Amino acid sequence: MVTEAQVWDALAEIPDPEIPVISLVDLGVVRGIDVDDRRVRVEFTPTFLGCPALEVMRDAMADSIRALGAEPEIQVLLDDSWSTDRITAAGREKLRASGFAPPSPRGIAAPTLVQLQSNAHRCPYCGSTETRLENIFGPTPCRSLRYCGSCKQPFEQFKTI
Amino acid sequence: MNEQEQQLLMEIADDELILGWRDSEWTGIAPLLEEDVAFSSIAQNEIGHARALYELVARARGTTADELAFDRSPDEYRCAPLVELRLMDWAETIARHYLYEEADAKRLEQLKQSEDPEIAGLATKIDREEAYHRIHAQMWFDRLRDEPRFVEALERLRPQAEALLDSAQRGEHTAELADLWEEMTMVRRSQPAGTKW
Repeated sequence: MVTEAQVWDALAEIPDPEIPVISLVDLGVVRGIDVDDRRVRVEFTPTFLGCPALEVMRDAMADSIRALGAEPEIQVLLDDSWSTDRITAAGREKLRASGFAPPSPRGIAAPTLVQLQSNAHRCPYCGSTETRLENIFGPTPCRSLRYCGSCKQPFEQFKTI
Repeated sequence: MNEQEQQLLMEIADDELILGWRDSEWTGIAPLLEEDVAFSSIAQNEIGHARALYELVARARGTTADELAFDRSPDEYRCAPLVELRLMDWAETIARHYLYEEADAKRLEQLKQSEDPEIAGLATKIDREEAYHRIHAQMWFDRLRDEPRFVEALERLRPQAEALLDSAQRGEHTAELADLWEEMTMVRRSQPAGTKW
């Protein structure tokens, strides 16, 4: 019989489809795992609702549970339970090391343009805070584009949600 | 979820689906590369919101989000005419974007107070993503607010934005919706029911 710990370990091996340096567990999209004999239920809390990787994540989790010899049930939670705050410390460091600036912590109020334009965001390459917003939107809904005035390097900044 | 709540979610889902489709028409041809990227992302988000809203209604009705999104005739859609317009003028597009986000913020604020935890939870999630759309719309409003072409577009479209917050003003559609529907549902109609992609 499969244990909950085995399922967590298996899901921690699945890379994020768009940013493969981090796993689905690092990304924080696994809200809970419930093992009932051969049935494994996973509570999956999606990132951005329009993210095209969501189906890939769901199917990869189901395949990985089948590979353990269990029957998967992936429950998609359509609530506010995912936040960029759920990305683990290890996940944030892996993001930074690959040139993606990790998200700032979620505030009480919604983000503002003034915040996004402030130089409170650190360059993932040189660590400078001399960075500026280039575009609120980037190659995927979860990212913005910034430019580092110190090392002259454009980089992608995770949006906080 | 009662019938009235389902109806309201369908209105919002239809708005988001159709506007997302219209926004995606800027992909590749927006006046600035940054806006090409922005409108493509915004379109993706809006369609994602539509899908999640359809999904909640589909669970209540025992159907699927795809069936709700694509298997109705154009006159069964509940979207407001504002989102149907095929606007290929940038000033008009920004005017609609601004008016839409303004109204959308108000209705999301109400939905977040819903006594149904599923509705309130989804509205809260959608609102967090929409915050970035609002910042974008405000940024462009500030940039264009003194341009006569933009001011005229805003005044011309403003009456149509009222339907976004008033179910009684919905139900009539522009001829442009039929053309959009034709294109949007073409692949699905060409395949047997139940085909999965």
